[in-house]
Amino acid sequence: MHAAAPSDPHVEARDVGLSFGNRVVFQDLDCAFPRGRITVLMGGSGAGKSTLLRMIGGLERPDRGSIRVAGEEITGLRESELFRVRQRIGMLFQGGALLDSLSVAENVGLPLHEHAGLPADAIAAEVQRRLDSVGLPDVGDLLPSQLSGGMVRRIALARAIVRDPEIVLCDEPFSGLDPLNVRRIEALLVRLNQRLGLTLIVASHHVTSAFRMAHHLVFLLQGAAITGTPEELEASGDPRVEQFFAADREAEAEVQAWEGTG
Amino acid sequence: MLAPVRSLGFGGVRLVAELGRMAVFAGSVLRALLRPPPRLGRLVQEIYDTGFLSLAIVGGSGAAVGAVLGLQGYNTLVRFGAEESLGAVVGLSLIRELGPVLTGLLVTGRAGSAMAAEIASMLATQQLDGLRMMSIDPVHLVVAPKALAMFLVMPLLNALFIVTALGGGYAVGVSLLGLDGGTYFTSLESSVDFENDVAGSGIKSLAFGALVGLVATYRGYTATPNAAGVSAATTSTVVVASVSILILDYFITALWDVYP
Repeated sequence: MHAAAPSDPHVEARDVGLSFGNRVVFQDLDCAFPRGRITVLMGGSGAGKSTLLRMIGGLERPDRGSIRVAGEEITGLRESELFRVRQRIGMLFQGGALLDSLSVAENVGLPLHEHAGLPADAIAAEVQRRLDSVGLPDVGDLLPSQLSGGMVRRIALARAIVRDPEIVLCDEPFSGLDPLNVRRIEALLVRLNQRLGLTLIVASHHVTSAFRMAHHLVFLLQGAAITGTPEELEASGDPRVEQFFAADREAEAEVQAWEGTG
Repeated sequence: MLAPVRSLGFGGVRLVAELGRMAVFAGSVLRALLRPPPRLGRLVQEIYDTGFLSLAIVGGSGAAVGAVLGLQGYNTLVRFGAEESLGAVVGLSLIRELGPVLTGLLVTGRAGSAMAAEIASMLATQQLDGLRMMSIDPVHLVVAPKALAMFLVMPLLNALFIVTALGGGYAVGVSLLGLDGGTYFTSLESSVDFENDVAGSGIKSLAFGALVGLVATYRGYTATPNAAGVSAATTSTVVVASVSILILDYFITALWDVYP
């Protein structure tokens, strides 16, 4: 099932093909990500969720097809030209990707230090504001290695939004986190979307979170995409989607039963 | 029957292709070094990590090598009644060959491997991709300061190695075996030529610094982004840089003799 394309797509992938050796990742992939909305990219492991995010960020080039970010075709751009496009994009990597050698405050302030041309005290004030916004006001002097997994994700999110991007790409923001931290990150992402109107593209296989936060779902299956609202996808009748959701519900029930006996 | 020839051919093509990729990488590092803003803070940090933290191992190894040279040289020279030439033997061996080569090998093992491991680990944990997404060139911020630091510290560490080795030779030859101290230094001074020996030693160590810096950063930057890749990058840095130092040493020595 392919729902009607969003009327105002912020990011679009058209006829995208990508293979790694003999493994076909995408074959004529078509999907769009509406402006100012939360889109969750779903699919099993190896479906290409992270790869699609990397292509949108220009870190990976498709073999063929078109990727448009804010109306600009990015597939043929040189690295130096991509730097300009990336000023519109923030990215939260799965492991945070904070620089080990820098403190938390230096990590969050790095994009400002490099590009904004602000004095040091203005950067420090902006960094503190961002740390406050992710609920971690007192960790600026710590190193990333001194933080928990959930804290690293929140700091990485603070860094991703410090330059006020239009689009934020989140690669598996909930993986490996306890339920409390999942809800914290989820609430932060929803708040970012509601308050700042950011376009969020979240790669996740966390079905429960996806249904709570997504305005739009893109389900990657065998190199192609099935798109729609969560309700549309649930009612789609597509056996592959139903099988994925059913497997998730079964796993959730098993975990709850196991926790109940523990 | 043709398989070995074919395999040799493929090996040759792979080697040339790898050298080409390394040359392109070296070009991007050089361009990054010339591009503003200068990364002075990062450079100072890298000089500390590569140079200052190598002082003990280089100085200690230099003293030990000098002591061995002093002992071995004295025992050999005394058979011919030429023990007063100990300063010359120790000095010339160290300044021309052993100083730059052993310093290069020691720094490759201590700092070059760490450099490759750090960059490969940043690659595996997506830190370099994170920099790209912040519109920051990782070659400019991370790689170029490391390569430049290696180039700058190698001659200084070479000088330290030579000085401590001469001290080691003096300690054994003069303090332990009873050679006259003035004779040791007179022999050293009269045999060592600045232009041929000291400048040649400096040029060798600069070349080795550039080589180790390039190999370590290239291997780290092109590693497979996982734990095995970090390990492979570290190992191959030590192997490739060490063998390259020995080969390059031969060519520099040969050219120096032809075009002094």
